[in-house]
Amino acid sequence: MTNNTVISVRNLVKKFGNFTANDNLNFEVFKGEIFGFLGANGAGKTTTIRILSGLSVPTSGDALVAGFSALHQPEEIKKIIGYMCQKFSLYEDLTVRENIMLYGGIYGLNRKLIKERTNDLLEKLNFGAYGNKLIASLPLGLKQKLAFSVAVLHEPEIVFLDEPTGGVDPVTRRQFWEMIYETASRGITVFVTTHYMDEAEYCDRISIMNEGSIVALDTPANLKKQYDAESVEEVFVKIARPPIPHKFVLKQEE
Amino acid sequence: MNEIIRASGIGKKFGATQALKDISFEVINGEVFGFIGPDGGGKTTLFRIIATLLLPDEGELNVLGSDCRTGFRDLRKNIGYMPGRFSLYQDLTVEENLNFYATVFGTTVSENYELIADIYSHIEPFSKRLAGKLSGGMKQKLALSCALIHKPPLLILDEPTTGVDAVSRSEFWEMLRKLRQHNITILVSTPYMDEAMKCDRVALIQDGKILSVDKPQNIRNGFKSRLFRFMAADKYRLMLALRKYSETITAYPFGDSVHVTFRNDSYDDSLINIFRSEGIENVIIEETKAGIEDRFLELMEA
Amino acid sequence: MNRFLGFVRKEFLHIFRDYRTLIILFGLPAAQIMLFGYVVSTDIKNAGVAFLDLSKDEITVKISDKICSSGFFKRTGDLIDYNDIDRVMKMGNTKAVIVFENDFGRNLMSEGKAEISIIADGSEPNTATLVTNYLTAIITDFNREFSGSSASLSLSVQSEVRMFYNPGLKGHYMFVPGVITLIMILICALMTSVTITREKEFGTMEVLMVSPLKPVQIILGKVMPYFFLSFIDVIIILLLSWLVFDLPVKGSLVLLLSESMLYIMMSLSLGILISTVSGTMQQAIFISLVGMMLPTVLLSGFIFPIENMPVAYRWISSVLPPGYFLVILKNIMIKGTGFFYVWKETLILVLFTVAFIGLSVRNFKIRLQ
Repeated sequence: MTNNTVISVRNLVKKFGNFTANDNLNFEVFKGEIFGFLGANGAGKTTTIRILSGLSVPTSGDALVAGFSALHQPEEIKKIIGYMCQKFSLYEDLTVRENIMLYGGIYGLNRKLIKERTNDLLEKLNFGAYGNKLIASLPLGLKQKLAFSVAVLHEPEIVFLDEPTGGVDPVTRRQFWEMIYETASRGITVFVTTHYMDEAEYCDRISIMNEGSIVALDTPANLKKQYDAESVEEVFVKIARPPIPHKFVLKQEE
Repeated sequence: MNEIIRASGIGKKFGATQALKDISFEVINGEVFGFIGPDGGGKTTLFRIIATLLLPDEGELNVLGSDCRTGFRDLRKNIGYMPGRFSLYQDLTVEENLNFYATVFGTTVSENYELIADIYSHIEPFSKRLAGKLSGGMKQKLALSCALIHKPPLLILDEPTTGVDAVSRSEFWEMLRKLRQHNITILVSTPYMDEAMKCDRVALIQDGKILSVDKPQNIRNGFKSRLFRFMAADKYRLMLALRKYSETITAYPFGDSVHVTFRNDSYDDSLINIFRSEGIENVIIEETKAGIEDRFLELMEA
Repeated sequence: MNRFLGFVRKEFLHIFRDYRTLIILFGLPAAQIMLFGYVVSTDIKNAGVAFLDLSKDEITVKISDKICSSGFFKRTGDLIDYNDIDRVMKMGNTKAVIVFENDFGRNLMSEGKAEISIIADGSEPNTATLVTNYLTAIITDFNREFSGSSASLSLSVQSEVRMFYNPGLKGHYMFVPGVITLIMILICALMTSVTITREKEFGTMEVLMVSPLKPVQIILGKVMPYFFLSFIDVIIILLLSWLVFDLPVKGSLVLLLSESMLYIMMSLSLGILISTVSGTMQQAIFISLVGMMLPTVLLSGFIFPIENMPVAYRWISSVLPPGYFLVILKNIMIKGTGFFYVWKETLILVLFTVAFIGLSVRNFKIRLQ
């Protein structure tokens, strides 16, 4: 394990009854990296993320997240990660300032620090005029940027982003990626899960999961070369499209 | 009649919010027409107006020869509508959902089976499963089968690919293309710029206004400047460096590279010098063709 | 028509597929009947009774002893005059006071009849009923023995029952009509409003509106299954109360069932009205429960008699349809009266129904807002 490894997953298995959601995963994520975590619906991504964020414990194997074991120290993990999903991150009926203060409080920042960072943040996002506005009244793009800023307010080691730029306009989307790059350049690891392969193109490295296993892991450029594809989308379809139609499989079982 | 939809000057307000402003476009028989734009841009409102669920405040709209205000009863028999949330009964099985929609639209599954066969065959093995237990991709296929079951001449699909994985999405677009052989006109919306290329014609929509209507290829060609893509190990520092260069107009991250436009459409050695002084090495520079997203961005800033 | 039947079929599928709906539909009424029935049929043992014996003769002593040796009652005191009654009652362990009139024995022997008053604590109506029933039975038994022993004379002890605090003892047999009233409003109003708003929430309403189905077909299709099932419920409740608690319907069964249908229709139209004003299931449930259930339970006379309410509450209860149905049910089931006595209440229910349907039709949109 090198010094700058932030997430190290070793022989991770998670079973629900007879169903194996994660089948012996092994991978590493490095400090300050933007890591794309891709997979079809039901491939097992959510299970892995729940384990990596301390919400679920592995059946066997382990994952070290910033040095803490997902098996033994899930509570420690929760303190040093940030999380943002596309929807429901912010309270719509609270103001911008109240939301920032709330999250600061949840992550145990002291009063002075919260105030300081709130003001920094409002200034940085040119949000000055919006500080006392309800979240519900903000345009989608601003909400998205604010949600991200709030997720990294406590300077976590890792921030998990779930489809962070789905559905936003291209301007916001590019500004959003700039924010992600900036965050990563400060040494915060960014872990992105998404359905959208064009989002994957922005990541430093991506992994593609299929039926509980990681079937590909490399930089987007290398993967495109390896699979002779124009885009990550094409790579994904080549890897994840089931070789036999479901219908055929079922008929065989009968 | 060649024009399936003819809209001119449609406007719609919700309270103080202007959801749609002066929307005009035509959809021609048999084409796949896409509305491309971010969430909150007015796509759903417009589709609801076309599907007779809302009335426009102003403007004229004629769909399949019926006026949207007076002819909504006729129209309702002739459109297949799939709202953003797949309109399925979660507690009914795949088969029961399909049968229900067939009965409601006064037909039977066997009557139009040929039309949906290609789509439905993917989910038929699961016909006894509850719709709520299907994956996103399967729900999408079932919802499409339900919307098609009465063989409507016009199919209105509001964000059919949202929340569906890449494999299912590419299958979905293939299905839509195959439907054209049945002479069904398809109106589809999506927030994903890359899906524009799968449509015959697209309208870019933002803040309730149409920015451009054309073939996707022509929209890309509408990008005026030369576009360069710059690649380096550290994209963030590369981008900051590019912005220091006085001839740069825009420098945005795009996928694994930075898309850049310059005044006079070219750059000189001083840019290379900036890279050198910033310590950015191995910069790959190539000219590239603008995508829909680049053009959208240009139109937004215009 | 085929279209409509397909829609109704789908509604039945929804209902039969969700076991929670089925429990509410059929488990709840049965549970309610059993629950109330159980409370009412509780046996009494060693209930406290006090005596106000204004005669103190041989016969009154005999009767008092017979009561206290029955095992059901124990003597909690002997009172001097009427003023004591209130005092012992307030102490709580006396459930009834038995009053023998002046010259009880002499009256019985000379005039062939004498009076006993039973004054029961009406604050616990169910216990009060039981206590008076048992006491009356014991006295009747004594009466028979006494007449039998002096064969030639036909003597009778007449007992007069009075209720303290709750004269007339409303809320006694009331539980069956009350349960029917409550269950119907619950099933009809709550469930129809929820099933309609559910379609709004899941987005399926959008497609139904765009379909050739007419709004009236959508509404009728939603409501028909519940009309049918609610009617079955009424029959189940009536059967249960007859078989388990021996409570027959005194009046016309046809009239009773027809009135029930009217009430079901009224509740269904109320449910539709609720669904037209609520956008989510949560709102529909809230309006149905807080807006309808609570007032029905509290203000319709089901638990608390309307006559004893403050004027303001009586006004409120007069605009609550369930109260009228309760009166109708009580009249037909318990008093056995005919349509002539309930036409006013029936008319009021019809008016409510028409008003709810009218408002619903006005509110139901053929388009989205």
